[in-house]
Amino acid sequence: MQYKSQAVAKPYFIAAIGLFVGQILFGLIMGLQYVIGDFLFPALPFNIARMVHTNLLIVWLLFGFMGSAYYLIPEETETELYSPKLALALFWIFLIAGALTIVGYLALPYATLAKLTGNDILETMGREFLEQPLITKVGIVIVALGFLFNISMTLLKGRKTSISMVLIVGLWGLAIFFLFSFYNPHNLVKDKFYWWWVVHLWVEGVWELILGALLAYVLIKVTGVDREVIEKWLYVIITLALVTGLIGTGHHYYWIGTPQYWQWWGSIFSALEPLPFFAMTVFAFNMVNRRRREHPNKAAVLWALGTGVMAFLGAGVWGFLHTLAPVNYYTHGSQITAAHGHMAFYGAYVMVVLTFISYAMPILRGRAANSERSQVLEMWSFWLMTIAMVFITLFLTAAGILQVWLQRVSDTPMSFMATQDQISLFFWMREWAGVVFFTGLVLYLVSFFVKGETKGANA
Amino acid sequence: MENTRNTATLAAAPGPRLAGDLAIWFFILAELLAFGVFFAAYAFTRAKNLELFNVEQQALNRGAGVINTMLLLTASYFVVRAVQAAERAASAQSARWLLAAICCGLGFIGVKLTEYSAAFAHGVSLSSSPFHMFYLSLTFFHFMHVILGLVILLALWNGARKGRYHAGDMNGMETGAAYWHMVDLVWLILFPLVYVIN
Repeated sequence: MQYKSQAVAKPYFIAAIGLFVGQILFGLIMGLQYVIGDFLFPALPFNIARMVHTNLLIVWLLFGFMGSAYYLIPEETETELYSPKLALALFWIFLIAGALTIVGYLALPYATLAKLTGNDILETMGREFLEQPLITKVGIVIVALGFLFNISMTLLKGRKTSISMVLIVGLWGLAIFFLFSFYNPHNLVKDKFYWWWVVHLWVEGVWELILGALLAYVLIKVTGVDREVIEKWLYVIITLALVTGLIGTGHHYYWIGTPQYWQWWGSIFSALEPLPFFAMTVFAFNMVNRRRREHPNKAAVLWALGTGVMAFLGAGVWGFLHTLAPVNYYTHGSQITAAHGHMAFYGAYVMVVLTFISYAMPILRGRAANSERSQVLEMWSFWLMTIAMVFITLFLTAAGILQVWLQRVSDTPMSFMATQDQISLFFWMREWAGVVFFTGLVLYLVSFFVKGETKGANA
Repeated sequence: MENTRNTATLAAAPGPRLAGDLAIWFFILAELLAFGVFFAAYAFTRAKNLELFNVEQQALNRGAGVINTMLLLTASYFVVRAVQAAERAASAQSARWLLAAICCGLGFIGVKLTEYSAAFAHGVSLSSSPFHMFYLSLTFFHFMHVILGLVILLALWNGARKGRYHAGDMNGMETGAAYWHMVDLVWLILFPLVYVIN
């Protein structure tokens, strides 16, 4: 660790992993509720479990992004963090607010929670992924602004690199687009229209800048390839990501009451969204092949390569599967969407955060890389989680194809619930794949506690 | 070590040299793919609405299209002269050629804006017909590329004025020039496709 203040990243990473475990546990519960409908009912209804599953994902990824930024920025700017104390204070505020929100979801009926937290002052609740009570949303904005202030002030006093600039633009974009979660017009078309400005413009817009910057940073560190080469490719990738991703928002505007031209714009531009992900894969492999050093942290290199491949498959290929308007006419909101959502989030964002943690955590703990034994275990966890996610995606895709056929294409279409019964075999298989994923996650946790001979302190 | 060897081999190898940075070529190919998909979508929709497309196409201002074609081709010629001048280390000349190209590009923007304002006055919008949707989308997408191209030419002009480019270092100049030629090339397909072929 070159700068003392980078140490603030550590609690962020620990919290991220802790919440990740929670997310997967709720995923397993929901997976079971798909096939045993009254499992844990009425204590934990499906809609609450789903909300906790998705909200935890978003919150732990945010912890991961913030931790990564706190680690990356001092080294890139070659100066200590503007205020490590502020970073730690915001960590606790965010963690406690997040935990209270989850407790609120679990302990109270959602309507009661809305009433207690001032939803009648400004109605923002009740929308998928943006279910957080008003005070939590305000809290998120305060934490995000404090975080951005801290990072921006550090950047202003230090060296400006392309990686840190791309990262900061991504992080500011993240905060700015979140503001649309406060805009909840009564017109349903407008409501959905701007809802996607948070959801889509996060994951297929500004988050891709964060992803690109974090991956580029780790690749520079583990391969020793010239910064200019890596930064040049970073620019190409983020330009492609922004052009295709921003206009590609149109692929959510096919059937919500927006003008018809969105069907063309959405189809054409989002069909090209796999390009930046493909470029990212080629980029990652190319840089590792051209490496000028053998970094002792093999696990981090594996995660970095895995991010490229899985992001391309999950976000790129599985996104393309149902992005064209004529296809989406049938597949909209089916299990095909769930298949894409799972692999895309895992491949792009879960994996890039785990890549970063894999690279940075050993250094934060005073060594360049973990022991051989620890790394072997971590690589096992990589393969278990990744292969399990491939199977989760394949089973959900199969479920989705069958669902679309029975429910929407067939001459005698079945009802939603009758169709769900017909595809339950795939839900069972998905659940077992989920158990394997969880096993991988447990191994990942264990890898942090495996001792053994480690290499020097610098990387 | 291996890397150094590869570079050395590459440098020594005879044969054609890639003008401009490899990265810009990836970008150009991605851009061409995007326009290609858009053109294919146009052709597909046109085949299904032949009569409508033929009638509405007649209403376009072909004169403006021809002027813009001339402007872009001339700009491309000026960019070629700028590259040649930079290779001879004639920086001042190179900068002048680039300035001329920028003027042509600005002319394109001006003509296009006039054309758009006339079209909007006639009630042309993205939702007024499938043909208008494609006409506006394709030309506007290209319009944005002309603007980006102009920003790049401005950067090259600035670099040329400072004498940054010479036979030993043409990477930046060739990279920017390649992008501008792509913008020109796309128009050479777009113009006949949308304005002329009936």
